[in-house]
Amino acid sequence: MSAQPHGLIATFDTAAEIYHAAEQVRDAGYRHWDCITPCPVHGLDGAMGVRRSIVPRFSLAGGITGFCAGMTMIWWTGAVDYQLTVGGKPLFSPMFAFPISYELTILFTAFATIFGIFATNFLPMHYHPVLKYDHIVRGLDDKFFVVVEARDPKFDTKATRALLEKIGGKHITELEA
Amino acid sequence: MSSAAEHDAAVPAILSEVNPAVLPRAALVGNNRSFSWITDKICGIIEEKTPRWWWICFGVACFVASFTVAGLIYLVGTGVGVWGHHNPINWAWDIVNFVFWIGIGHAGTLISAILCLLRQKWRTSINRAAEAMTIFAVVCAAIFPVFHVGRIWYAIMPGWLFPFPNQNVIWQNFRSPLEWDVFAVSTYGTVSVLFWYVGLIPDLAILRDRFYAAGKKTRAFFYGLFAMGWRGSNRHWSNYEMGYMILAGISTPLVLSVHTIVSFDFAVSLIPGWHTTIFPPYFVAGAIFSGFGMVLTLMLPLRAVYKLEDLITQYHIDCMCKITLATGTMVGYAYAMEFFIAWYGANPNEGFAFINRAFGHYWWAYWIMITCNVVTPQFFWFKSVRNNTTLVWVLSIFVNVGMWFERFVIIVTSLARDFLPSSWGYYSPSIVEIFTFFGTFGVFSVLFLLFIRFLPVMPMAEIKAVTPQADPHHH
Repeated sequence: MSAQPHGLIATFDTAAEIYHAAEQVRDAGYRHWDCITPCPVHGLDGAMGVRRSIVPRFSLAGGITGFCAGMTMIWWTGAVDYQLTVGGKPLFSPMFAFPISYELTILFTAFATIFGIFATNFLPMHYHPVLKYDHIVRGLDDKFFVVVEARDPKFDTKATRALLEKIGGKHITELEA
Repeated sequence: MSSAAEHDAAVPAILSEVNPAVLPRAALVGNNRSFSWITDKICGIIEEKTPRWWWICFGVACFVASFTVAGLIYLVGTGVGVWGHHNPINWAWDIVNFVFWIGIGHAGTLISAILCLLRQKWRTSINRAAEAMTIFAVVCAAIFPVFHVGRIWYAIMPGWLFPFPNQNVIWQNFRSPLEWDVFAVSTYGTVSVLFWYVGLIPDLAILRDRFYAAGKKTRAFFYGLFAMGWRGSNRHWSNYEMGYMILAGISTPLVLSVHTIVSFDFAVSLIPGWHTTIFPPYFVAGAIFSGFGMVLTLMLPLRAVYKLEDLITQYHIDCMCKITLATGTMVGYAYAMEFFIAWYGANPNEGFAFINRAFGHYWWAYWIMITCNVVTPQFFWFKSVRNNTTLVWVLSIFVNVGMWFERFVIIVTSLARDFLPSSWGYYSPSIVEIFTFFGTFGVFSVLFLLFIRFLPVMPMAEIKAVTPQADPHHH
C-alpha cells in the first residue's frame, strides 16, 4: 500500500484550455491546487481565484527603510558624530542628502521586492513532488498542467479524477509525495 | 433629461456605421513559431558543443583583456603618474572611459525597465542580452574610478568610498557629487544584477529540467541551484510578475538618476562648459543613445551567428534604430542648445569654452563627435538603411565612437582652457592609459562570451508570453 499521494496532475495543450479548466476547478470549490505554465498566462489569476499579490507591501517597507536610512546616516555622521564644516555649508541639509537617500530607497526596495517574491512563493524549495513528475520538463516548455493536491478537503481520488477528465485534462497521473 | 441620453444625442449617427479598420500588429516571433521551438532554439545554444568560433573569439578577447591587466598592474606598481593627466587636466581618460562605459549600460535598463512599463512587447527578445551588457559595462566602468586612486586598496578599504569609520574617524563628504556617484553606481550595479537574476530564474529552471532529462546531473545541479526550485506554478507567477513590475518601476527612476548624478560630477562644479543645467537630461539621452548603439553592435552578429531572425525580427531592428535616431537627435539638440545658452548667458568664459571646443586645439574631437552622434543616426530615417543589417551594424559602431568622443570633448576641452590663460594646458594619453582602455573591450567581450555560452541569451518565458498562443482567448 503506497503512502498518501501528493495529488493528481493533468495535462492541457493550450492556454485557452487551461484557462477554462482553471475556472471549473475553482468553481468546484478546491483550495489546494495549482496550474503549471511555461509563461504567465494573462487572466489566469482571475480564473484560478488567486488574490492580488502582497509583494508590493514588502517593497514599500523596503523603500521607506532605505530613504530613512540614507537621511539618518548623513545627518548622524555629519551633524552629530563628527562635525566638519566644508565650504561653509550647513552640517546637514535634506537637499544634499537627497541623492544618496534616493539611491538607497531604490536599493532597499529592490532587495525587499526580491525577498518578497521568494517569501511569498516559499522559495527556494529544491524538492517538490511536482518536479518529480516524468513530463515536468514539458511544463516549462510548452504544456500546461493542473495539479490538485491530496491535502485539499474536497480531494477524492475518483471524484477529482473525474472532474479533471470532464474539463479536458489528459494523461491524469497520481503524483508521489 | 439624463446626461447619458444627452451624450447619446451628441454622437453623430454615422459613427454606428463606421467600421474602423484593424491595423495588424507586427508579429514579435517570426513564422508563428511554437513554444517548443522557442525553448529548443534558445536552450540549444547552451546545449550544443562549444563552437569553434567561440573559442577563437574567447582567445582573442582574453588577449585583449590582458592589456587592461597589464596596464593596471603597471599603474598600481608605479603610481598614477603613469597616466597622462597633469595640471590643469586632472581628469581625463579615466573619467571619460568611466562615463563611456556606464552610459552604455543604460540601454539595458531602459529596455528591461522603461520599455516594460510602457508595455513595449518587442523588448522581450533583446532584454536579457541588453541587461547582461549593462552589468558587464558597469564592471568595465568601475575599473576606472577604483584604480584612479592609484593605491587600489584605499578605494576598496572601508571608509574611503563607503561610509565605514576609517582611521581618522572622518566621514565621507556627503555634499560631494563624487560621493553621490559612489552610491548611484553601486546601487545601479546591484539592482541590475538582481533584476537580471530574477528574470533568469524561470529559464534556469527549464535548463535544469532539460539537463536532468538528458542525464547531465552536474549541470542540472548548478542550474537547479540558481533556479531556486522554480516549477512554473501560476501562484508563483502571480507574485513574480508583481515583483518584476515593481523592479521595473524602481529601475526606471534609477536609470534616469544614475546618469543625472554622473552629470552632477561636472554640472555642480564651476568650470565653464560644465556648469550647465542641461547636463542631466543631455547625459541621460546620450547614455541611452550610446547604449542602443552597443546593443545593435552586439545583437546583430549574435542574430546572424545563431540564426535568430525569427526572434529578433526586422521589426525589432526598426524599433532599436528609431530609438537611436530619437536619442541621437536629442543629443544633437543639446549640443546646439549648449551653444545657444553660452551666447545668451553672455558669460565670456562660457562663450569662449564653446567656441574653443569647436575651433580650438581639440577641434578634431569635436567634429568627430558631431559627425558620429548627430549625422550618423539621421540615416535611420530611411527604411532601406534600417533593412540593411550590415549598414546598421557599421552605423552602430560610429555611434559608439562618437559617444566616447563626446565625453572626451566635455571633459578635456573644458579643463584644458579654464578661466586663466596661465593655467591652460594640453592633454595626451599615455601608453598605459591606452592599454587600459583598449583592454576593457576585451574584459567586456570575455564576460559577454561566457554569458552566451552558459546562460539563455533570451528570456524564453517572456517571449512565450507575447506570442498569440499564450493568450487564453486566442483560437
